[in-house]
Amino acid sequence: MGNHSDGSPNHSGTVATAGQNDVEKFQDPGLPPHRLRLADTDPRAAKRAERQVAILFGISVIGTVIFLVSYFAIDLHTDGSIATIRNQNLLLGLGTAFAMLGIGTGIVHWAKALMPDHEVSEERHAIRTEEDRQAAVRIVEDIVEETGIKRRPLIRNTLLGAVALAPLPALAVFGDLGPRPDDKLAHTMWAPQDGKLKRLTRDPDGTPIKASDVTIGSAFHVIPEGLNELQEGKLNAKAKAVVLLMRLNPEDLTISKGRETWSYNGIVAYSKICTHVGCPVALYEQQTHHLLCPCHQSTFDLTKECKVIFGPASRPLPQLPIAVDAEGYLVATSDFKEPVGPSYWERDEHERLINS
Amino acid sequence: MSASSTAEVPFVPKTKVGRITDFVDERVGGSGILREFGRKVFPDHWSFMFGEVALYSFVILLMSGTFLTFFFDPSMAETHYSGSYTPLTNVEMSVAYNSSLNISFDVRGGLFFRQVHHWAALLFVASLGVHMLRVFFTGAFRKPREMNWVVGGVLLILAMAEGFTGYSLPDDLLSGNGLRIIDGVIKSIPVIGTYISFFLFGGEFPGTAIIGRLYVLHILLVPAMILLMIVIHLFMVVVHKHTQYPGPGRNDGNVVGYPLGPVYAAKAGGFFFIVFGVVALMAAMFTINPIWNYGPYDPSPVSAGTQPDWYIGFVDGALRLMPGVVNDFHFEYIIFGHVLTLNVLLPALVPAGIIFTVLFTYPWIERWITKDNREHHVLDRPRNAPTRTAIGVAGFTWYCVMWAAAGSDLIATHFHVALNDVTYWLRTLFFIGPIIAFMVTKRVALALQRKDREIALHGRETGRIVRLPHGEFIEVHAPLDDYKQYKLVGFESPSPLAAQPNEHGVVTPKEKRRAALSKWFFEDRVAPATPAELEAAHGHGHHEAIESSEEHKSLSH
Repeated sequence: MGNHSDGSPNHSGTVATAGQNDVEKFQDPGLPPHRLRLADTDPRAAKRAERQVAILFGISVIGTVIFLVSYFAIDLHTDGSIATIRNQNLLLGLGTAFAMLGIGTGIVHWAKALMPDHEVSEERHAIRTEEDRQAAVRIVEDIVEETGIKRRPLIRNTLLGAVALAPLPALAVFGDLGPRPDDKLAHTMWAPQDGKLKRLTRDPDGTPIKASDVTIGSAFHVIPEGLNELQEGKLNAKAKAVVLLMRLNPEDLTISKGRETWSYNGIVAYSKICTHVGCPVALYEQQTHHLLCPCHQSTFDLTKECKVIFGPASRPLPQLPIAVDAEGYLVATSDFKEPVGPSYWERDEHERLINS
Repeated sequence: MSASSTAEVPFVPKTKVGRITDFVDERVGGSGILREFGRKVFPDHWSFMFGEVALYSFVILLMSGTFLTFFFDPSMAETHYSGSYTPLTNVEMSVAYNSSLNISFDVRGGLFFRQVHHWAALLFVASLGVHMLRVFFTGAFRKPREMNWVVGGVLLILAMAEGFTGYSLPDDLLSGNGLRIIDGVIKSIPVIGTYISFFLFGGEFPGTAIIGRLYVLHILLVPAMILLMIVIHLFMVVVHKHTQYPGPGRNDGNVVGYPLGPVYAAKAGGFFFIVFGVVALMAAMFTINPIWNYGPYDPSPVSAGTQPDWYIGFVDGALRLMPGVVNDFHFEYIIFGHVLTLNVLLPALVPAGIIFTVLFTYPWIERWITKDNREHHVLDRPRNAPTRTAIGVAGFTWYCVMWAAAGSDLIATHFHVALNDVTYWLRTLFFIGPIIAFMVTKRVALALQRKDREIALHGRETGRIVRLPHGEFIEVHAPLDDYKQYKLVGFESPSPLAAQPNEHGVVTPKEKRRAALSKWFFEDRVAPATPAELEAAHGHGHHEAIESSEEHKSLSH
């Protein structure tokens, strides 16, 4: 009857104007009539659903058996190979999955096919009666009134002050969670010890590097001499001291004033700790002489003293001044001339301290 | 069991179940609670299951996590590996990493439980997020549920904290680098950053304290807070009763659905086992976090393509998108002799800060704009609140751009495009993506409303094409029944609310701003079809229908 059948364009999509809201509305026709399911009318369908639920529960039993068998039959102590572990993991998982899915789908199927599916309507009651509501407000107001806190500002203000200060001891006891930072971040293991310059050694075995071993285009992951022998705080020291060593054609390097003696024959050493948030800048692109941090893609140009050319870092990687000792091994002539790694509030202060 | 008792004859239950119920009730007096809850009505809809998934994955997390604590040792003392994973034999590592390897390789079922725990954690945060999107887009956060929305937001933050603390525990290379990034971010905080870092790590990074501290947070403090929030959340759900989707027979004064016992309890209870089953299936078949491939934490190496767990991705992505240097302007600069690291501080705090601030305050913002102080128990279909839906999609798009940025290197390698270009595009999308998303979503919502109107007034397309004698082809439309039609027309479409004077008869500037926002919110609107319009359309259609049926007859001669 209501067929739209003349094929003309429809004009029903008019954007309503304000005020049209008040136009009479459609009446709520109420809940749709309940429709019986097959299992409600046909006893055979109900029986079939019953069997299906039972089968699903049966599958769950099988799953539990699979779990138990694969737990006890596969012994990791006789054969702990990766393949065995992987197989056991698969079987335990499949067993659990069947055990759980069997129960879950069984119950849901039971509920949907066999339990009464009449939607019912329940009255929504107000969260509280109007009487309670007013009483609650009055009670709170009366309580506040009886304390007299509004009339006695002296009490109120001293209480506020006391309460504000009371948690301070709780904060103070956290003071022993760690030592004070002092200037710990300003120094690394590279500082010469008792006048002896630290050799650059390979990460992780700690063997020293001869300048003649560093060919053009090669890169070394470097740790300071003696790091591996540290009894305590090895990772802390390493987290500041790791260095990347590379050799370029000396003419490719742009060397700023004051850094002329920091490299040797085109061999340069830079802190490996990103100045962004401290990931190791582990990727060296040999062709472009770029160093890339794999965490957030900060890119540093090695030929321009590791200036930032892309990404979120804001500061160049600190350079480690190096030279060659009497036996031809690479040594650090001093510690870094600035704090390494991510920036922090006192960093500039520390840099001035190092250079004073 | 509704056996009625009279005053003279003492009530005696007739069935065994009834006797047990009565026994317990006489001793603990639960009959009131049972009367309230036993047949409590819950509306049913597939989208209501996301919250259930979150709850159930939390239960799975508690169970699998308890198993893991029996074997995990959160010590950062040094040891040498001697377990059955031979590639790492004799490698120096922390006891924590060692025990994580032992859980994976030497405890039967340990790997399975680790994977169940990790997958369930990913699912927990994901289902929380999707649940909150559902609540937002359907307007379920409106009065009286604003505070429960806030509880949900707190739960989301706690879930992310719980996830991150757990992610760091195995002390493998990947999680160690994650902690290093956190350390870098903390150090960028002005004035107190360095101190917080030293206090958190018990000295310099990485120190020997952090795993033990995170462990206590992960297994005690944060889960206890999550549990508390869940209890509050569910308590409020009971107080408010569940919302329901609009439809015939449903209004703000009733709840339509299945009674708790037995149907709803069976479906919801059965669903727990289904969630567990699916998580078990994932743990069985898909490796997650293969810590043995990464090796123990060492500040020197890192592998390319590192990713945090997905829910931390948006913060990591924001860190990647922020440029450190623009032309010659450095975002890190020195102010009064101190370093302000805006290139880290801004992306780490601002996007997450904006997202959570808007999230927490949105119910009050919308309430202020609309001046709507009524209780709402019937949900909005997202299309029927075009501006809200558009705001939600805009926010979601913004989040997704940052999230995608956390995989910028993987996008570059998988699609063979330049990493730098991916970053430039994502930086652009960071700004214009939400705007485009807003405009497109609003138009789509309005178009869907027009479609609903069209169907309500002219019926649905039947797919039956009829050729008229004069050669014209038409498609026959069939009218809707009352119930389907009510679903399409039974909604409110508020119009902009002009600025109103306050009690002194003054229109305040704030009220003017509110009116402007109200205009922006409701200006573009499609009103629901009215009976009068349907009448008009019918008269028009009726005439055509007779004509067409006559033609039809003549054709069949």
